[in-house]
Amino acid sequence: MTTFLTLLFYFSAAVLLVGVSLKIAAYARTPAPLLIPTTPAPTTTGGVVLRMLREVTLFESLFKANLWTWAASMVFHASLALVLIRHLRYFTEPVWSWVALAQPFGLYAGLSMVLGLAGLWARRIFVERIRYISTPSDHLMLALLLSIAASGLCMKFFSHTDIIGVKSFILGMMRFDLQPLPADGALYLHLLLVASLLLIFPFSKLLHAPGVFFSPSRNQADNPREKRHLAPWAAELEK
Amino acid sequence: MADAITAPPYRIIPIIPALKPGSMAGSIPYIANEKMQEAIGFPGKLADNWQETHDAVIAKMGELLSKYRSLKVYLDACVHCGACSDKCHYFIGTQDPKNMPVARQDLMRSIYRRYFTLPGKLFPKLVGARDLTREVLDEWYSYYNQCSECRRCSVFCPYGIDTAEITMAAKEILDSVGYGQKYSNEIIGKVHKIGNNLGLPGPALENTLEGLEEDVKEDTGIDVRFPLDVKGAEVLLITPSADFFAEPHIDSLIGYAKVFHASGVSWTLSSMASEAGNFGMFIGNYEQLRKIALRVREAALELGVKRIVVGECGHAWRVAYSFWNTLIGVGAGANDPYAIQLQNQLDLRYKQPMHICEFTWDLIQRGGLSFDKEANDKHIITFHDSCNVARASRMGDLPGGQFEIPRNIIKTVANNFVEMRDNTTREKTFCCGGGGGLLTDELLDLRVKGALPRMEALQQVTDSHGVNFMATICAICKAQFTKVLPIYGFDRRVVGGVHQLVSNAIKLGDK
Ligand code: SF4
Ligand code: SF4
Repeated sequence: MTTFLTLLFYFSAAVLLVGVSLKIAAYARTPAPLLIPTTPAPTTTGGVVLRMLREVTLFESLFKANLWTWAASMVFHASLALVLIRHLRYFTEPVWSWVALAQPFGLYAGLSMVLGLAGLWARRIFVERIRYISTPSDHLMLALLLSIAASGLCMKFFSHTDIIGVKSFILGMMRFDLQPLPADGALYLHLLLVASLLLIFPFSKLLHAPGVFFSPSRNQADNPREKRHLAPWAAELEK
Repeated sequence: MADAITAPPYRIIPIIPALKPGSMAGSIPYIANEKMQEAIGFPGKLADNWQETHDAVIAKMGELLSKYRSLKVYLDACVHCGACSDKCHYFIGTQDPKNMPVARQDLMRSIYRRYFTLPGKLFPKLVGARDLTREVLDEWYSYYNQCSECRRCSVFCPYGIDTAEITMAAKEILDSVGYGQKYSNEIIGKVHKIGNNLGLPGPALENTLEGLEEDVKEDTGIDVRFPLDVKGAEVLLITPSADFFAEPHIDSLIGYAKVFHASGVSWTLSSMASEAGNFGMFIGNYEQLRKIALRVREAALELGVKRIVVGECGHAWRVAYSFWNTLIGVGAGANDPYAIQLQNQLDLRYKQPMHICEFTWDLIQRGGLSFDKEANDKHIITFHDSCNVARASRMGDLPGGQFEIPRNIIKTVANNFVEMRDNTTREKTFCCGGGGGLLTDELLDLRVKGALPRMEALQQVTDSHGVNFMATICAICKAQFTKVLPIYGFDRRVVGGVHQLVSNAIKLGDK
């Protein structure tokens, strides 16, 4: 199992890195021939950075759209961030002090993450409009995230895992010096699910994470009268 | 039309209606004929062999994906959160789930996934991917012609996904395989042939303008001029051709002329560029967008004007404000010879291009105009923000100037101003229901239903404040409301232009 999971992680991490990098490169390479910020929009680059920050930290547009969806996704994403920070302790030796400080928050966040996901799923099931637009993969994605959270919490609250062993396994993977993984069903499941999440990231709607930064309606400054904006293929037409 | 078109009932509680799948599947605008298609460089009709069309659609989609970052990112990034799902006026009015912005996008996203992504190739059912069939293409034709490209959905999407971009891409693909929409493509043909969307030839335009001079003289006793093709004029006014004879548009044209008269700035219209509208945007075709705009560049160079001012028109202002610098060099900050040629001629101390509302407001602030506000006392006025002005352009120096400046003008020229409900104005404004190349009679049912949210908001201020005039700065809004207001039980003259109010109140001659 140790070898299998190690290889799986190497593989999925590679797919994630290469896949997302290729996507980002493709987004960056594709020209945006016309200025199309959704106005009112900031007129300067600094303003655009602020708009983007508000968008990715406060979900400003979603807030305007629907308070319930906003609340559920805020709870989910903020919890996810805290949980990820909590997990950094498995990747650092010695553990960074701020990661150590965040440990208790990360724990509660595991619970609130489940709540957030449940809220999002409830919307998908009970709101007619959203049920209509949902594909099987939308449900599966929520199922996957929920199972990851549940299997993780399970190891904390029910069947304690040998976390020292987990840490040495992970550090070993990072240093290409394999260490045995503690034999534990919940742990196997947790790691398998996480690996599959990494694997599907570059092929799924999880691309919203890098995508938002490339969204022309959000990342362009509103300055068309002051600056001439011309894409290479459009410039060809003037020749 | 077999059945008389009636207005849908107002919603008692303005929440989201239950879905009525397929209720608008029969909304299909007339298809452009071969002549219209070929006149603007598209294939005349669909190939007889489906496979050929199929391959052409996929190839065109691939091409657009490599040319437009918006399309590429938007097709990937949607998480089906549903934040946009209840934001479209066509969905609210028709209850057809395919009019939810996200569902409209999915009509194309399903094809994108199938042909351009790994999971869609491997597990189409799982990710909502499907094969491109003739039925899919027909569905595109129907539902992408039920989007006015108003961008309301993009305000609320956490990734700014703008369904208008997808709609434009879809229309571009459909055109490229010979499946164009008659209304838009016929109009584009007219612009190239005659110079404006309405097909009003130069001599007729001259007559109309002369007639207007006489009318205004009769009305006010003052010689307000409507100059045409005057070389060396300071300002070139580019305005939607509807301003030349449609009601109530023409009253705003009179307003612009009076403002120019009072300002003492010399100005001219152009018979070559007698159209501000640019339907190239509606069909998502860059070459047409540019070609139509080029008439403005030519006219400006030929007449040697120093400034370009744009009349009351929503999508035209988007094209002028956001795209002209890119397309034809009207603007500032260029470092290429093509644009510099024009920018050297223009007086860059002024905004290029400038909206007529910016021009008027600027004069008002400098004390250059005086008004008899009481002349508008018969009106209790509200303001309808037009979608392209609100969400795709700006006026003045600050973000949101496009909301403040027209309102400031109204408050300067009239005493009674009332706002409509605030989730129906400014950046959250509802489209009139007739934008995006849908202002055609065979789509009247859709247009009436799409106007529902605006009509509800108008009814509310009519009941509470006695509003009897809805000012707007868009030729399409004016034409659309003139048609649908009576269907909702209002007088058609409730809609009018901002410069119509200016025209009523402006004092000429006694300065
Ligand atoms: S752009 Fe406007 S008309 Fe089109 S889907 Fe979005 S809200 Fe509806
Ligand atoms: S708001 Fe944006 S991400 Fe959410 S469903 Fe609509 S288009 Fe997709």
